[in-house]
Amino acid sequence: MTAYVVRRLLASLLILLAASFVMFALVSLSGDPLSEFYASSDPDRELKIESRIDALNLDEPFIVQYFLWLKGAAMCLVPGGGCDLGVNLQNQEVTAVLADAIPTTLRLVLAATVLAIVLGVAIGIISAIRQYSSFDYGITFAAFLFFSLPIFWVAVLLKEFGAIRINDWLAEPAVTLPTAIVIGSFSALFFSALSGGSRKRKVLIGLGAGFAAVAIFIGLVASGWFKNPGMGPGIVIIGSVAGAVGATLLFTNLENRRVLFIAIGTAAIGVAVAYAGYPMLEDPTWLVLVGMGLLVTLVGVGIAYIWGSIDRAAAVRASVVTSFIVGFMVFLDHTISSFASYSDSVNGRPFATIGSNTPNYQGTFWEVTLDTATHLVLPTLAIMLISFAGYSRYSRASMLEVMNADYVRTARAKGLTERTVVLRHAFRNALIPIATLAAIDFGAVIAGAIITETVFGWKGMGVIFTTAVEHFDYYQVMGVFVVTAIAVLVFNLIADISYAILDPRIRLT
Amino acid sequence: MTILTPEPVTPGDTATAAPEREFTIKARTQGQMVRGRFIRHRGALIGLTALGFVVVLAYTSIGFWKIPGWWPLDFKDTGTVVNAGQPSLDLIPWIDGDGLTIGDHPFGQDQTGRDYFALTMRGTQISLMVAFVIGIVSTFLGALAGAISGYYGGKADGVIMRFTDLLLTIPILILAAVVGQAVAGGGPFFLAMVLALVIWTSLARLVRGEFLSLREKEFVEAAKAMGAKNSRIIFRHILPNAIGTIIVSATLTIAVAILLEAALSYLGFGVQPPDTSLGRLISEYQNSFSTRPWLFWWPGLFIIAIALSVNFIGDGLRDAFDPRQTRVRA
Repeated sequence: MTAYVVRRLLASLLILLAASFVMFALVSLSGDPLSEFYASSDPDRELKIESRIDALNLDEPFIVQYFLWLKGAAMCLVPGGGCDLGVNLQNQEVTAVLADAIPTTLRLVLAATVLAIVLGVAIGIISAIRQYSSFDYGITFAAFLFFSLPIFWVAVLLKEFGAIRINDWLAEPAVTLPTAIVIGSFSALFFSALSGGSRKRKVLIGLGAGFAAVAIFIGLVASGWFKNPGMGPGIVIIGSVAGAVGATLLFTNLENRRVLFIAIGTAAIGVAVAYAGYPMLEDPTWLVLVGMGLLVTLVGVGIAYIWGSIDRAAAVRASVVTSFIVGFMVFLDHTISSFASYSDSVNGRPFATIGSNTPNYQGTFWEVTLDTATHLVLPTLAIMLISFAGYSRYSRASMLEVMNADYVRTARAKGLTERTVVLRHAFRNALIPIATLAAIDFGAVIAGAIITETVFGWKGMGVIFTTAVEHFDYYQVMGVFVVTAIAVLVFNLIADISYAILDPRIRLT
Repeated sequence: MTILTPEPVTPGDTATAAPEREFTIKARTQGQMVRGRFIRHRGALIGLTALGFVVVLAYTSIGFWKIPGWWPLDFKDTGTVVNAGQPSLDLIPWIDGDGLTIGDHPFGQDQTGRDYFALTMRGTQISLMVAFVIGIVSTFLGALAGAISGYYGGKADGVIMRFTDLLLTIPILILAAVVGQAVAGGGPFFLAMVLALVIWTSLARLVRGEFLSLREKEFVEAAKAMGAKNSRIIFRHILPNAIGTIIVSATLTIAVAILLEAALSYLGFGVQPPDTSLGRLISEYQNSFSTRPWLFWWPGLFIIAIALSVNFIGDGLRDAFDPRQTRVRA
């Protein structure tokens, strides 16, 4: 394995070297970085041209330029060697510009990819289990539609309907007929497609879900919830207990009282800790949050370990999942509670269309979190919609293949429950190709975020790249290229390694 | 190729069996079977119809090259803005009782009074042309490189595959943007050719895989034993067997190319003015969304219509070429 990884890394390095040469040649051919001066009437023109030629080594022949750049870039491999990727047209170090931009891009891509994977895989698997149902057909069509959407077009639409209109609406929440119809029919379609069974049952569930959604919506508007949203202890407790039940259902069944009680116990401890430590959660730091989360998880795992008896493994898993759910509920509760004060502090326009955060924003931890979240939600949605389609298709195909395998038939034949067959036998094996896809996709999405960042005005690598290409800013383009190419190579390697780890039949040699 | 097995005749049935049931065997060529399966795929057929409609609409309405179309207005001509530039198209007759109207400016006008229908049609023409040129050229290149690489193996394979490795390392958007900027003045056709030169690599890998497995098959050995030349084996024996993969991949490349061109033009590295494309139209008019939303809707809808139809056609073709997957599909 080590030998394989070392060999692959060396091969990647050679490919990167060759690709960088090709790229450098292309960038040099694309245009002249001095062109902006030719038409200018600036009295310092000559001086500026001179200094730029000097800074970018433009007086050297192309090959020499490349090797000068390569020399600086190679120093990045030596620890403490003084990484130098050249300067851009504004005479800033490319490495410094990238260091600012990469975290922004990563934040965007990470959230979007994780969400797309979770949602895409979940929906793909449901549509595989319900093959040829209306849910399956609906998802298939939606996936095709999302594949065909230009991301910038979606992004502009999201800006209009997901931010501007929503902000207008939040300023004066009111129930109008169209919103009620949209909410009702969406909820009806979703739940009736998700439910199985006879046509009558589907229609009934659809009608019930539709009217329930409209009723909740009207209730929330009437009670002024949208003016000052919050969840309150009731919802947190109900959500946590529901999470505990769900976690139990995921790992064993509800008849297994021992695991069920342990999970509910973990939920209770989590809620208790959250409310006991309420003063600490007024304006916490990440350290406090993670500490409290860890405390609850450890106590939960401890209980599960001591009283789990023969179901110890399942109990520990259920307790870990439960504590995550409780943590999430508490986090959500606090964040949503600060929504009103956050909204006031940004002049009542909470959902942002531009940038990755409000410049110079000051506020409590929760307000800053909200600030990040409201800036993140639209671009994340845009990226998610598109890559979600791919994941749902692949996981559906992979799940269908696994469900037809002999070992799944064997598992059913020996009398395992359908849940165990799907989750323990089929799902795990269906994940193998998806893990590979996810790794490769993540490398590609980093480069693909260029468009989304441009639309939403994030100061990530995308904006840097487009302006650099426009102005023939050689070293800046090369900098972005190096980062994205390394991402692609590294994630391809991770994909291959993860395949070998997940599937023991595959040996890397 | 396929011979339908006649249903087994049970003893009791012999007397009553209708005579025409005994000879329902009909020999069909592979092409006929593929066509039959394709036609049964509803989504693909609808996609094909929709794509055909868009192509005919785009090329006949404003005409192309030197042939005039039936639409009177030119996409370059500015004019007076009528009715705040709102679209005169009315496809829902029961709202204002005017009935089905097309009007002078069915898609509206932009702020300089250019007819937006003509502009959208011009954009569609260019986008379609770019996508098809990319699809065809890159398929040709990819198939050729993959065939050589897979069939001959050895040194040729090594060189071609290392080259595809290299091109696949550079993210496609980055490569395309730099290349697009480099050929900015060359016009859309040139842009398409250049983009085709950078995206043929994934097809080359697919075709190489097919060739690697097919060249070991008995029929290739038989052809070799009979003294067939390499070129004959490649083009007459192996290529027809790999044609399914190639056609499906070519179709999907066209869908990708539509979106790639749109994205590049949106970023400003694709089609350059005075010419236009669907992506360029969206980028030009995205800020007028609040005042003239139709300027933003139409090009987007056309991109989606084209990409969606092509994707469905590709799905239908995949089912048609791969009988293992034949099932009733939507």
